Amino acid sequence: MAGHESGDLRLAGISKQFEAFTAVHPLDLTVPAGSFFALLGPSGCGKTTTLRMVAGLEEPTGGRILIGDKDITDTRAYQRNVNTVFQSYALFPHMSVVDNVSFGLKRRGDKNADRKAKEALELVQLGEVARKRPSQLSGGMQQRVALARAIVNRPDVLLLDEPLGALDLKLRRQMQIELKRIQSEVGLTFIHVTHDQEEAMTMADTIAVMNSGRVEQLGDPATLYEHPRSTFVANFLGQSNLLRATVDRGEGNGVVEVTSHGHRLEVRRDHVPAGVRDIWLGVRPEKLRLGDSGGPNRLSGQVTDVSFTGVATQYLVRMPWGRELVVVQQNDGSGRARAGETVTISWAAEHGFALDASQDADAGAQLEDDHG
Amino acid sequence: MASVHAPQVEPQAPALSTGSATTPARRRRNVVPYVLLLPGMLWLVVFFVVPMITLASQSLQEGSVDQGYVFTGNVGVYGEALSQYWEQLVRSIGYAASATVLALLFGYPLAYFIAQKAGRWKNILLVLVIAPFFTSFLIRTLARQTILSDGGWVATAAKTTHVTDLLQLLRLTENDRLMASKFAVICGLTYNFLPFMILPLYASLERLDGRLVEAAGDLYASPREAFRHVTWPLSLPGVVAGTLLTFIPAAGDFINSKLLGNTNTVMIGQVIDAQFLRVLNYPLAAALSFVLLVLIVTLVAVYVRRAGTEELV
Ligand SMILES: Nc1ncnc2c1ncn2[C@@H]1O[C@H](COP(=O)(O)OP(=O)(O)OP(=O)(O)O)[C@@H](O)[C@H]1O
Ligand SMILES: [Mg+2]
Repeated sequence: MAGHESGDLRLAGISKQFEAFTAVHPLDLTVPAGSFFALLGPSGCGKTTTLRMVAGLEEPTGGRILIGDKDITDTRAYQRNVNTVFQSYALFPHMSVVDNVSFGLKRRGDKNADRKAKEALELVQLGEVARKRPSQLSGGMQQRVALARAIVNRPDVLLLDEPLGALDLKLRRQMQIELKRIQSEVGLTFIHVTHDQEEAMTMADTIAVMNSGRVEQLGDPATLYEHPRSTFVANFLGQSNLLRATVDRGEGNGVVEVTSHGHRLEVRRDHVPAGVRDIWLGVRPEKLRLGDSGGPNRLSGQVTDVSFTGVATQYLVRMPWGRELVVVQQNDGSGRARAGETVTISWAAEHGFALDASQDADAGAQLEDDHG
Repeated sequence: MASVHAPQVEPQAPALSTGSATTPARRRRNVVPYVLLLPGMLWLVVFFVVPMITLASQSLQEGSVDQGYVFTGNVGVYGEALSQYWEQLVRSIGYAASATVLALLFGYPLAYFIAQKAGRWKNILLVLVIAPFFTSFLIRTLARQTILSDGGWVATAAKTTHVTDLLQLLRLTENDRLMASKFAVICGLTYNFLPFMILPLYASLERLDGRLVEAAGDLYASPREAFRHVTWPLSLPGVVAGTLLTFIPAAGDFINSKLLGNTNTVMIGQVIDAQFLRVLNYPLAAALSFVLLVLIVTLVAVYVRRAGTEELV
């Protein structure tokens, strides 16, 4: 039985080049032992490549990989105490489910391989299909087999490459809860790759948002959501309303005054990066209020669309300068509006965040409602 | 977490039986497949079933070419055939098996390389594998005669490096020549049927999903173990097809032993050839053909059954 003295996973300046194309730019990351870490980013941003380097399936062009104090950069995949749940499952078609699961244990000469494999199958609630072939299972069941096959080895680090990608929404939610439970039960370090921001936020302790081979921002879900540091993160994690503004001066009460399209607005000083004048002022849709109860920041515009989503209603409000802001109101009886009405929207100074205006306001936005 | 239970998606009964149970009427009425099968069946009847019956009846005739043969039901000819030629029969099986093993040893790495590593050279290499078929079987065998002949550089090189001594020690040759030996015959058989080994191997290795091998590596299998537990079992269909396609024709071959062998390397095909065309003892030749056929079918059946019990996909 491999011990759990493991330690943190450290990527030190790791990079990957495919001929002229840089899939992963030098990357520094520390994943604390026992944590649930999510790598989030759009398709093709280098998530799988990063995982494959950790697994030993891809040789990094530069940098080192360490688990605890052990440098594993130059070891082969089979020598690393790291297991992967592959994007394509990669279950062995010629073996039964239980033989798939016990494969890793048997390679390491574990005497109790079969018993442990059965236990792992129980854990993912597939005990009764142990003798079947993978091809006889549904996609969701295969995914759970792939998970059991990796977890059973109790690796130092478990890499999950979009393990829930093939599932429908309902099963996906169940599996997310299940994964989280398993992770806390067995206490392994999970690195979970996904391009579903909701999945990353509900599951992970820490999220690294990747874009074009770089980590844009790293932090816990709440920090990333409340204080994105780039328009990409602001748009990729949830929705954001971005207003072009210039900083006037930093006065009193810890707020900064800014002007956006002729309106004076306030943002908390510590939400504004130091030394920039031109900014994007961002506010999350659910922080905006219809009416003027939300705070000192006020804008008015015309409602162009109302969509009822159950717990909330989403409004599109067109500003005089043409941009549409998204407002999400809880259906708790507070301010309602109808399409065509002119409304005031308001928010508090602490709910805004400022980003350097040199960035593209729509970066990362195209994927925002990719997954319902 | 009973909610994660998803047994409703689990196929309890094999999909095939449910499928045929729901649409039996429509299936039975569909005659197109049988119509399409008809020409092939006819072909088989004319060129396989009829000759087999003729051969069987011929083996039970008695007489001579001059006086003509009459059917007497003389089963004794089989006893005669076996007692006279059991040695050549056993030898044929032995040579064919050796050639098959050698072809597998040479063919597998080659097929693996072409299928998995050759990249854009794949098609050229495949053409090279079948290139020998552009010349006739006989000419190729004659060419091998030249290559292995006494004055040739291969024989000279073998002699100077004492490979001939080694072959002699292994009783593969009888003197310091390469030609006219067991060695030459088995070499010839191996060479002749190598493409029949490589092509099916290539077909199954080509389909092999590299990600499965990666997964094996990820699960602590060294390259050798990954080969043993993943690559090899997944290529077994190709191995079975290739060994059959090599073994069956090799066991009945008569050209190689005739052109490359000596009197101690006579194979059964050569005997049948002689009995049919020179001695003109048709019943004995027919009986030998039948014995060979039954022997091969039996061996193949045993082999396929054994291979089938392993983890075939
Ligand atoms: N073997 C390779 N050769 C050349 N380019 C590659 C190779 N593997 C990946 N790439 C490129 O590297 C980039 C990152 O690929 P990667 O598979 O890591 O993306 P990803 O973030 O996992 O995307 P997805 O969400 O679609 O799985 C892509 O642009 C891809 O084209
Ligand atoms: Mg990927």
